Amino acid sequence: MLEYPFDPSYIMQNKRALKKQLVKKEGLLQKRIALLSGTTVGELKNILELFLLDQGIQPEFYVGDYGRWYEDLVFDDGTLANFHPDVIFINTSAHNLAPVPHPGEPDELCASKLDEAFGKLQNAWKAAEAFGCPVIQNNFEYPLYRVMGNYDAVSPSGRVRFIRQINERMADYAFSHKNLYINDFNYLAAFCGLDRFCDPSYYNSYKYAQDPTFIPYLAHSVALIVKSIFGKNKKALMLDLDNTLWHGVIGDDGVEGIKLGYESPEGIAHAELQQYAKDLAGIGVILGVCSKNEEAAAKSGFDHPSSILHADDFLSFKANWEPKQLNLQQSAKELNVGVDSFVFADDNPAEREIVRGANLGVAVPELTVPERFAETIANGGYFEVTSLSADDVRRAEMYKENIAREKQQASFADYGEYLRSLEMRGYIGPFAPAALERITQLANKTNQFNLTTRRYQPAEMEARAADPGYLTLAGRLEDKFGDNGIVTELIAKLEGDHADIELWIMSCRVFKRELEYAMFDELVAALRGRGVRTIVGRYYKTAKNAIVADFYGSLGFVKTGQNGDDSVWEYQIPQQYENKNHAIEVIHP
Amino acid sequence: MTREEVMAKTNEVFCDIFDDDEIVITDETTAADIEDWDSLEQINILVALEKLFSIKFAVSEVEGLANVGEMIDLIMSKL
Repeated sequence: MLEYPFDPSYIMQNKRALKKQLVKKEGLLQKRIALLSGTTVGELKNILELFLLDQGIQPEFYVGDYGRWYEDLVFDDGTLANFHPDVIFINTSAHNLAPVPHPGEPDELCASKLDEAFGKLQNAWKAAEAFGCPVIQNNFEYPLYRVMGNYDAVSPSGRVRFIRQINERMADYAFSHKNLYINDFNYLAAFCGLDRFCDPSYYNSYKYAQDPTFIPYLAHSVALIVKSIFGKNKKALMLDLDNTLWHGVIGDDGVEGIKLGYESPEGIAHAELQQYAKDLAGIGVILGVCSKNEEAAAKSGFDHPSSILHADDFLSFKANWEPKQLNLQQSAKELNVGVDSFVFADDNPAEREIVRGANLGVAVPELTVPERFAETIANGGYFEVTSLSADDVRRAEMYKENIAREKQQASFADYGEYLRSLEMRGYIGPFAPAALERITQLANKTNQFNLTTRRYQPAEMEARAADPGYLTLAGRLEDKFGDNGIVTELIAKLEGDHADIELWIMSCRVFKRELEYAMFDELVAALRGRGVRTIVGRYYKTAKNAIVADFYGSLGFVKTGQNGDDSVWEYQIPQQYENKNHAIEVIHP
Repeated sequence: MTREEVMAKTNEVFCDIFDDDEIVITDETTAADIEDWDSLEQINILVALEKLFSIKFAVSEVEGLANVGEMIDLIMSKL
């Protein structure tokens, strides 16, 4: 019901029944969300709750007084601070923008109005930094009518140009400040149709910036940003082939018979989906094939002269006659990611239904006509980007390098010999300011090798890095096949002769490479230098981290406490500590 | 559409919005009779009715609505 394309009126009318269903979900992540008002937010709260629940996030809300977003941030009397928000969303619209230029006013006056209006936003964001959490704010929608007509978009005194300029400044600021995120309200208004979206009767009567029917679009958009910040994006797009990535059936029609590319209307639609998938790969989304076909025939489709994708763009290629839900599970295993991080795109409603029915947590967008395939997947927001690191852009390469490593491993009888053959170099040191964005991102999305599954906001991570009461270690791993980027992190709280490990994570890409040993060696050396004798480790069980349940035991820790599936461990640093890592050359950056 | 049909369709909207199939509205029903019927829901009801009957209410028309009966009369006047 809440998956795009959704029926906004249905959601508005049935929100209570929908909520009853959604709160039954298990493993919901609790988050405190402050909703600040420029225009009316009451109903937005109810609908946003539905979309967040759908994403696995259970919100507790603080709702600011009507129209007081600026005062709530700049002159907080402690109410907002005491709420300890995990996210602040500022629901403003062009109604909240002041001052604005009037047609015909001198350029200098218009420029100073722009500075003043933007200055007010900037003040609010600076004040919001005190809350140390992500801040999301709407940018501004175009006006419903234009005094000067088309010249409104040209003259500095025109409202259209003014909106464009202020939105541009907001984008610049958000691009260079990591805790500010822009909800593209202007795009939403355009997408829904400005004329219908900005029906003035709802503002005049109820102070809604938009026809309330569109609240679900607004809530969906905000929920996507929130779930992306908290690491709940999908990771892979698994694609069917026949009539999905090309028009026709490759097994029957052959590569010369399928339609793809600009020679035919059907071909254009499928080429567009291929380009969309290729672009997703460019921002770190894994691509896979899940098709009922003979493998050789399936691969031949990508030899079509207009094919944008090639067989080696896919990190998992399943073309066989097994049920698709089994192939998806198999792919997940190969890629070492959860099957619930998959999006499955198939033109065939029956296949979609089977995969949905398997209840694997795979997202299955409801595809209609081929020319809408890319749009439907994109607007589902499965791969919503809130930050783009160099590692994201290189991700597909990294997975390919991993596949090459696995091939090499197969040629070695002895695992230790194989590890040495990789010529690994580990760059291990304290959290570097330039890497904090990646460090936070990795901490928030790592689920398997994660002892405590503690999540961090950027400001919190920054504070950990700067605080001498904490020891931080981040590790980047290189080998002869390439650079894996930062793949492991550890944070320990120092308390006299004790150190308490509050975070230890490692990316699944580098399991079984002795990197965890290298990190532990570094930890022991650093703690010894600070006079620490006892290291405390904790394991908090989640649905995904069983792999590290006995990790501390394997390092020589002794279990000192057990509470259900959670456990506490201690390690006494010996006089003579012998390094556990023998495979990686450790370098201190 | 007869007044009874409009009343029946409006009743369905009430049941959906308050997630209560037991609700039976009459001409005399007011916000005091339904627990969750606050000003926010009043707007949701009006917007849902606008979409359902493809009509548009003016501010002045909905400000003084005393009960469901007046709401139904207003809808009838626009069909």
